[in-house]
Amino acid sequence: MRAVITVIGKDRTGIIAKVSGLLYESNVNILDISQTILEDLFAMIMLVDTSGASLSFEELQDALRILGADMGVEVRAQRAEVFDAMNKV
Amino acid sequence: MLNTSEILETIGMISRQKLDIRTITMGVSLFHCAGDDPKAVSRKVYDTICKRAENLVRVGSDIEREYGIPIVNTRVSVTPAALITAALNDPLPVAQAMDKAAAAVGVNLIGGYSALAQKGVTQADLRLIRSLPEALSATERVCASVNVASTKAGIDMDAVRLMGEIIKEIAEKSSGTGGAACMKLVVFANAVEDNPFMAGAFHGPGEARRIAPSTWAYPARASSR
Repeated sequence: MRAVITVIGKDRTGIIAKVSGLLYESNVNILDISQTILEDLFAMIMLVDTSGASLSFEELQDALRILGADMGVEVRAQRAEVFDAMNKV
Repeated sequence: MLNTSEILETIGMISRQKLDIRTITMGVSLFHCAGDDPKAVSRKVYDTICKRAENLVRVGSDIEREYGIPIVNTRVSVTPAALITAALNDPLPVAQAMDKAAAAVGVNLIGGYSALAQKGVTQADLRLIRSLPEALSATERVCASVNVASTKAGIDMDAVRLMGEIIKEIAEKSSGTGGAACMKLVVFANAVEDNPFMAGAFHGPGEARRIAPSTWAYPARASSR
């Protein structure tokens, strides 16, 4: 299942490393990444494949949210279809 | 593969602008509940709704979580009650059964206490319409509708006049809440069979046994009532 993970918040050291690390540990494959840093605002979007994940999607969402909270950024994971449904006819 | 601007826009829409909020409505056929014993009909109505919609709220929450979309309202719509109460002297027990079932499954609203009178008001339609003041003020979640016109059949002026009188009665009966029961009634022209929109939602006679929930999105301000 493809999901989109977004990380938005104040930039600090280790965000990419920690999020990627969690995904690696959970056997989630990263398909695409885009990130931007505007002054001190960090925004990262990842397209991932959770078909081989060792956690359920709900557990992954929770783990990412907690990780984000520790780092002071907002991390959300959603199924990728929602973005197609919103933006494409 | 990633369209970053679309993704950020979508997330902004949901989390910051509160612009995308969904409701889900499950349509349930009650044809098999029809009969001439009010207790049996009411019990079947209650059991059917409870069985078919038992997981609706939970699944709605799961969908909300997986897709990151707020679902603020969950509803059930049923076969127009005038059709299934045609052999009863009083359709009110069915409204009560609908209300209890809606509370049991945890949905916010239940629509379909309805009559299709575009080509004439049958006795069953009339009994339902006359029961509306009591039905809508004594129940919490029940929504009602009456279709009084269609392009093909024209406007049934008797139904229109009747609804004019009934709306005033509903307002009087619910005067304690500022006539709030009127909010749970829709008078239609050209009602569609698969309409999921409250207060006018009902599960049309031509529809299948159970329709997978349909969704509607609307801005946060409109939904806050």
